Amino acid sequence: MEASTLIDVAYIAKLAKLELTAEETARFSEDLNQVLAYVTQLEQWDTTGVEPMYHPLPVFDALREDTPGSSLSNEAALANAPAQEDGQFRVPKVVESAH
Amino acid sequence: MLNGTITYWRQQLTSGAITPTELVQEIARSMEERNPDINAYLSWDTEAALAAAAQADLSKPLGGIPIAVKDNIAILGQPTRCASRMLENFISPYDATAVARLNAAGAIPFGRTNMDEFAMGSYGQNSAFGDTQNPAAPGHVPGGSSSGSAAAVAGGMAIAALGSDTGGSIRQPASHCGVVGIKPTYGRVSRYGLVAFASSLDQIGPITQNVEDAALILNAICGHDSKDSTSSREPVEDFTAGLGKDIKGLRIGLPKEYLTSGNSPAVATALQQSVQKLTELGAEIVEISLPHAEAVVAAYYIIACAEASSNLSRFDGIRYGYRAAGTNGLDDLYSKTRETGFGPEVKRRIILGTYVLSSGFYDAYYAKAQKVRSLVAGDFAAAFGQVDLILGPVAPTSAPRLHDDSMTPLQTYLADIYTIPANRAGLPGISIPCPVAEGQHPVGIQLLAPHFAETRLLQAAAALEKAFS
Repeated sequence: MEASTLIDVAYIAKLAKLELTAEETARFSEDLNQVLAYVTQLEQWDTTGVEPMYHPLPVFDALREDTPGSSLSNEAALANAPAQEDGQFRVPKVVESAH
Repeated sequence: MLNGTITYWRQQLTSGAITPTELVQEIARSMEERNPDINAYLSWDTEAALAAAAQADLSKPLGGIPIAVKDNIAILGQPTRCASRMLENFISPYDATAVARLNAAGAIPFGRTNMDEFAMGSYGQNSAFGDTQNPAAPGHVPGGSSSGSAAAVAGGMAIAALGSDTGGSIRQPASHCGVVGIKPTYGRVSRYGLVAFASSLDQIGPITQNVEDAALILNAICGHDSKDSTSSREPVEDFTAGLGKDIKGLRIGLPKEYLTSGNSPAVATALQQSVQKLTELGAEIVEISLPHAEAVVAAYYIIACAEASSNLSRFDGIRYGYRAAGTNGLDDLYSKTRETGFGPEVKRRIILGTYVLSSGFYDAYYAKAQKVRSLVAGDFAAAFGQVDLILGPVAPTSAPRLHDDSMTPLQTYLADIYTIPANRAGLPGISIPCPVAEGQHPVGIQLLAPHFAETRLLQAAAALEKAFS
């Protein structure tokens, strides 16, 4: 990781499924390269043999009995859907039709 | 303008001086009168609150007390929009556990408070529905991201409020608005129904007019919840138990790394005043060191943005929320929906988070930041071997001016240096207002405690609050 590493915002936006405008791409490139230049300071801290801390407290597998309980009704689950049909979420066609 | 703490209004209610219905009407009046200027609330449902008031059970600990709720904490049947266009028409199909517990304690959740979109921001200026003004510092920001919760309490439009804190979002706006805000230990309060920003850092907590009210709300909302497997099974004590007790002999650490020229004169004065008062109260001030204090901001933004980029992938225009019109195929629908639905700061953080998790950079950024997080947590573990509490600033300055365009995103991130460590290490932290000279803007002071030591934290905060008054 070099301080000069430049983030390719257009490429990352594609990964993140964001269709940025040209103006946003330019602005975020500037902002984020500044942020990345700053965070390279992490290199100065020696973390040899240090375990990563993914969670603030030692929480281990929290398992419970798998028992049936109440959940949202079909109607409630669909109430905020931008498009629905026949009790299901309506989405654009994702499978090409056979010709 | 509404004055009076929870304790005050509880006395008024139980003595019959005012009815729960009248109290709701009183608050609705102050909302209608003041909100056009402050914009602390995005919406409120007076009818629902009046219906709840008619049923209020005054024998319960918070019976009849209306409490404002940040717009990212779900209330059944009410908008939960996270101040985002993405959720502009979203009506929550369930209650967050914290809200259900407020209800169970007799409180009346009333009003959805403005915030930085998806809790990303420090100034309340990233809301899709307009800035919130600081009632205690006109022309200046209220802080963020719980901007509306702090402004509603400071502006006499709420008796108390719930906020959420991922890197300081309860404590910093409390400091800028001159009210009290506490972030409990990670896991104390269920995150069920809190719209996720960074799941390993997010925590719900109260913003109140005084320390006692904060303890009363914590009594209602803390405790294990089967709907959040990260919620703690640690027993919930009575958090008011230490209030009014003296703090003689308490050892309070002052990190030498926090005494920098980066603090404004007002913040430096607040710190000095706190040291003096705590000493007068019989506490012992001990100089300590947090050697990795400087590393926290860099590590935080990597981890918070990484978690956010993953959490916010659910906003895809399919199951709920906004969907862009006139798109061509599924990928186009996702991309255009997210482009139009999210505001600039949210997009900036999604990009940063996606980048640090992307192939080839994961070890250099994300894994490295998690290791540095261990070092930061180690600093605190060592410090709490020496002291009972840690004293520090909340923010390096009082509230900045609204729309100070000279600040880059990086500069605003750096201002979170004192609040981030509590989230990084999962510790409880409280901000209480310090006395300031006439005409000066509010400045808060922060106390941090070891995991699950909220009772001690509140005891010391209450003692300091009393000494300041």
